[in-house]
Amino acid sequence: MTGSETELKRTPLHDLHRELGAKMVPFAGYEMPVQYPLGILKEHQHTRAAAGLFDVSHMGQVRLSGAGAAAALERLVPVDVIDLAAGRQRYALFTNEEAGILDDLMITNTGNDLFLVVNAACKGQDIAHLKDGIGGDASVEPLEDRGLIALQGPLAAAVLARLAPEVTGLVFMTAATIDLEGVTCLVTRSGYTGEDGFEISVPADAAARLARRLLDEAEVEPVGLGARDSLRLEAGLCLYGHDIDSETTPVEAALTWALSKARRADGARPGGYPGAEVVFDQLANGVSCRRVGLQPEGRAPVREGAEISDGDGRVVGTVTSGGFGPSVGRPVAMGYVETPLSKVGTRLNVMLRGQAHPIAVAKLPFVAQRYHRG
Amino acid sequence: MSDRKYSKDHEWIEVDGDIGTVGISDHAQEQLGDIVFIELPKDGREVSKGDEIATVESVKAASEIYAPVSGRVVEVNSALDDEPALVNSDAFGEGWFFRIELSNPSELDDLMDEEAYKAFVEDDD
Repeated sequence: MTGSETELKRTPLHDLHRELGAKMVPFAGYEMPVQYPLGILKEHQHTRAAAGLFDVSHMGQVRLSGAGAAAALERLVPVDVIDLAAGRQRYALFTNEEAGILDDLMITNTGNDLFLVVNAACKGQDIAHLKDGIGGDASVEPLEDRGLIALQGPLAAAVLARLAPEVTGLVFMTAATIDLEGVTCLVTRSGYTGEDGFEISVPADAAARLARRLLDEAEVEPVGLGARDSLRLEAGLCLYGHDIDSETTPVEAALTWALSKARRADGARPGGYPGAEVVFDQLANGVSCRRVGLQPEGRAPVREGAEISDGDGRVVGTVTSGGFGPSVGRPVAMGYVETPLSKVGTRLNVMLRGQAHPIAVAKLPFVAQRYHRG
Repeated sequence: MSDRKYSKDHEWIEVDGDIGTVGISDHAQEQLGDIVFIELPKDGREVSKGDEIATVESVKAASEIYAPVSGRVVEVNSALDDEPALVNSDAFGEGWFFRIELSNPSELDDLMDEEAYKAFVEDDD
């Protein structure tokens, strides 16, 4: 962990952010743009209407290689990696012995090796975890000389196709090595906004040039971390360290969809990852609390940490993410509540400045996901 | 030069007779970003200088607003219920928060004038 006095790291797009007039803030040890002159609200709306460009170069990129890399990685995640076909991407979780979530990540089979994207705040710990856990069976190579650019929104594909028509052949959660502006990039059709879009892993020294080229397109606006958070919250996606952490399990976090069939108790390769017994027990017997969407009934946003109580004033849960949803035009939140109270429509109260305000369990996501599934 | 006065918490007050109109400064709204909700005080509420009197929610966070002077709230700007972004677009005009009947006008002497506030904000940055 770094102290507050430690110098902040910069991404390859740092000078570009400055030029664009971004407001920079410290985030996970990096100096990052929280917003540009357009502002969070309009950046959010622009991403849902056209295309937003995000610098996510602070995230960790790691290459796993070697003949046994997929089998080795399965020892750390509850996910089918062995049968992940070349050109496919899958969401995964690192778990601890209690099935707590150490980080969430994306795994891509590039055809030659496995390409991982992990959270910025966890990357040091993740790389150590990979080296300790599977370093004997796979080469673990942090890719520190690469930037990561996300292009998200309904017009992202049309924009990126002007640089490389073949991107339109990708569908959601697939990947290809594609030449963009004369540079070899790894492009995945995925993201963190609920919209169609791409994440582009690009050599650091070409990242700013590619970002400028994309920003030259009329449909594209730069979008900061502020709107990234409101976009992912509306899309019902978890933020590590807030909605999921080492104290929550995949079952409690309502991420059972991410637990591959092959790795379940009755699957082809059951268990074999940290905390598997806890996960099997929770899948079979249920959990005492679960992550849900929460809809505040008034106009006041509720924030992370707010206590949720039932009609008798008994505390039954906590808000883990909350804010205003610009696309839905009202406040939205996520949190954990006791399982018997987790049904959509259940009415509860949330404490806001010492007063109880009504809040209802809501279906996630708050906006329809618009992934391109082909 | 306006006779508007400012607090260190970035509230402004403009006094006409014994009634002051209160809002937050243009600098404050810029720092907060897009404002999405404002919890205004109840009409008739008695407050002392420095009391928490309103809450501003931007897309980023909640911020408390403090009474720049003591007195009784005599009117609130209910237009902000439907359009909180008025504070972003016109902080010193249509984005006013409430009107207060001053109980101790000498408290105004503790506030900054335009020039002093400008210097204060520059120091802040």
